[in-house]
Amino acid sequence: MNLAEKKLNTDFYIESPLPPKRTRMQEFRRLFAQNRLAILGLFIFILFFCCAVTGLFLTSGSRPIFDPAMVRLQEKLRPPLAKPNLDSLQPQEVPALGVYLMGTDDLGRDVFSRMLQGAWVSLTVGFVAVGISVLIGIFMGGIAGYFGQHHIRTDHVLFTLALILGTGLVIVNFVFIGTVLLLLCLAYIFYSLLARHGSTEKETPVLKAMLHSNAVSVDTLIMRIVDIMLCFPSFFLILTVVALLPASIYNIMIVIGLTSWMGTTRFVRAEFLSLREQDFVAAAKALGLSNFRIIFRHIMPNAIAPVLVSATIGIASAILTEAGLSFLGFGVPPPHATWGNILSNGKNFIFDAPWLTFIPGISILIVVLSFNLFGEGLRDVMNPKLKERH
Amino acid sequence: MIDGRTTHDRPLLCVENLKVYFQSNGAPAHAVDGISFEVREKETVCIVGESGCGKTVSALSILGLIPTPPGEIVDGQIIFSGQNLIKLDEKAMQKIRGNHISMVFQEPLTSLNPVFTIGDQIGEAVYTHKQIEPEALFQYCVQLLNDVGIPSPKQRLNDYPHQLSGGQRQRVMIAMALACDPDLIIADEPTTALDVTVQAQILALLKSIQKKRSMSVLYISHDLGVVSAIANRIYVMYAGIMVEQGNTDQIFRSARHPYTQGLLASLPSLSKRGKRLHSIPGTVPNPAYKPKGCPFHPRCRHKILSCQKEYPGMCDYGGGHLARCPVLFKPKGYKG
Repeated sequence: MNLAEKKLNTDFYIESPLPPKRTRMQEFRRLFAQNRLAILGLFIFILFFCCAVTGLFLTSGSRPIFDPAMVRLQEKLRPPLAKPNLDSLQPQEVPALGVYLMGTDDLGRDVFSRMLQGAWVSLTVGFVAVGISVLIGIFMGGIAGYFGQHHIRTDHVLFTLALILGTGLVIVNFVFIGTVLLLLCLAYIFYSLLARHGSTEKETPVLKAMLHSNAVSVDTLIMRIVDIMLCFPSFFLILTVVALLPASIYNIMIVIGLTSWMGTTRFVRAEFLSLREQDFVAAAKALGLSNFRIIFRHIMPNAIAPVLVSATIGIASAILTEAGLSFLGFGVPPPHATWGNILSNGKNFIFDAPWLTFIPGISILIVVLSFNLFGEGLRDVMNPKLKERH
Repeated sequence: MIDGRTTHDRPLLCVENLKVYFQSNGAPAHAVDGISFEVREKETVCIVGESGCGKTVSALSILGLIPTPPGEIVDGQIIFSGQNLIKLDEKAMQKIRGNHISMVFQEPLTSLNPVFTIGDQIGEAVYTHKQIEPEALFQYCVQLLNDVGIPSPKQRLNDYPHQLSGGQRQRVMIAMALACDPDLIIADEPTTALDVTVQAQILALLKSIQKKRSMSVLYISHDLGVVSAIANRIYVMYAGIMVEQGNTDQIFRSARHPYTQGLLASLPSLSKRGKRLHSIPGTVPNPAYKPKGCPFHPRCRHKILSCQKEYPGMCDYGGGHLARCPVLFKPKGYKG
C-alpha cells in the first residue's frame, strides 16, 4: 500500500530514439499503393475529371474548338478514326483533330466532341446529386442516431403537418383552406409564446395535456420517413417528377439527390447508435462540449468512412441513373449531349454503326467501375485501425 | 500514511439526499437511493463499493450525464460552490463540465476518440473553455503532457490513441481532465483497466498533481488497496446508499458497519496465507427489488429481527465517523 507514496520519478523518461516517422500523407500513399485496383480506379477517375473539365472549355462558347452541335449530313455514320472528306466540307466544318476520333452519328455530329460535352454532365450530376443525398443523409441519420430517444410532442407534430399541408394547399390553388391552416399555425405560435410567459396555471386541462403528450420519438419519425421513401420505386419516382418539372440538368441533379439519401441515413444512424454509447462521447460531454460539436466533430469523423465509400459508389449509380433517364428521353434536353442520349440515339443504328452504342456504353462502364474500385480502396485506407496491420 | 490531513472546512461539493432511479420494465431500479456526501477543498474523497452499487451513477449525476429517458434524478440536490447543479440548464452545465469539474473515465482504451490525434483532443479540451492562440495552445498541450509524465510530448501530440499504451492513454485522459485547471476531478475507477505497476504510477501522478494544483479529487473505486493509498476520507456504498463514512484511519482500523468489516476481511494479505479467504455470503440485491429495512440484512452476520423492518439510521462514532448500523452501535466505552 506504500506504492503510491513513492515520488513519481520522471527522470528516466529520456528522449529515446524514435523510428523514422512517416507523415500521414506517406502512410496514405503506402497503403494505397498496395491496392492496385484502387489506384487504377483513382487514375481513371482523375483522367475522367480532367476530360470533363477540359471538355467543358473545349465544347462551350460561341465558336468552340470541338463543336458537338455541328451537323454534317454528308458525313453521317462515319466509323471511328475515319478521315473527313475535305472536298465536301466547309473549312469550319472540319473537326479540330483532322479525324473523327470516335466516328460520327446519324446527323454527322462528331461523337468525340459529344462525349466530351457529356462527360461534364455525368460528372456534375454524379457529384451534385450525391452531395445533396449525403448532406441530407448525414443530417437525418445524425439526428436520428443521436437524439433518437427524444420525443416530439403531439402539438409539434400537428403544427408541422398543418404548416406543410397549408403551404401545399396554397401552392396547388386551394387558397382558402390553405390560408386557414396557415393562420391556425400562426395562432398556435402566438398562443405558445403567451403561454411561455404566463405559465402559472396550476392544473393543466385535458386537451392541453393531450397535446403535450409525447407522440413519436425522433428516431421512429425519421426512420419511418426513410421506409416510406424506400417504398417508392425510386427510378419511377424520378421519372414522374422529371416529367412534371421542366427538363433541365439541375432539376435532374436535385431529384436524384432527393431520392437517394435513405441509404446514407441508415448507415449514419447505425454508426451513431453504436458510437453514441462509446466512452469518448461521454468524455466529450464531460469536457463540456455542446451536442452540435459532439455530433459533427466527434462522432461524424468516426462514422464518415462507410458514408464516403457509399458516396463514391453512389456517384456511380447517379451517373447510371442520369444515363438511364437520358436514354429514355427524360434527361437533359436534346441539343445538349449526354452519354445517355448518345447511347439512346445510337441504339437505332446498332448494326450499322455499333460505335454509337459501344463508345458511350463502355465509357459509362469504365467510369462507374473505377468509382466502385476507388470506393473500395478508400474504405481500406480510411480506417485508422487497419493502418498498423499492413 | 494519511499525509496532510488538515481540516479543510469549506465544502466544495455537497450532495444531499440524491436519488437517481432508472425506469425499466416493471419496477424502477433505485440505482442511487438517497446518498449524501461532501468533498471539501483540496481533499481526496473515495467512494468504495461493489459493482452495481451506484458509484458511477452518482458520479455521472454530478456532471448531469445521466442518460434520460431511462434515468432520472428524482430527489436531492448537488451543491457545487454555491450552485445547485440539478437546477442548472444544459448551457450552464456545459460551462461547468471540464472547466470546473472534469472526469477521468474507467476505460482509457475507449475514452479517446480514435480518429483524432491526442494533440487535437487535448487542444479541444482547452479551447472549449479558453480561447487562446494556436501557438500558445500547442505549448500548453506540451506542458500538460509533460506534467502527466509522457516522454517526448512534442512527438506524442501527433499520435493517435491506438499508438499509445494503456497507461499513456490514461495519462492523456488525466491531461485532458487537467486542461482547464478544474476545482474537482472525478476519477471513475481510472486504474481498473491497468496493470499494477502502471496503476501505482497513475496514482502517484494523481496525488502529485493534486498537491501541485490544489484541487479536490472524488475517487471512485472498488479497490480498497488503492483507496487506502490515496484517500483522506472514505464513503462506503452499498446498494445505492452510504453505509459508512469516515477518514481512512477510521475505516481501515475500526470499521463499524458489518459490510465494511466484511470487505476488509476479504482482502487477501500475506498474514492470511494458506487460510481460506473470507467472503461475504450472497450477492448484491437487484436495485429494483431491494429488501425491506436494511438492504444488507440478508447477507449480514449480525442481523436481528428489527433489521428486516426498520431502515437503519446513521450512528455517530465521533470525529466524522458514521455507520448505518444500530445493531453494532455501542456509543460509550467501546473499543474496537
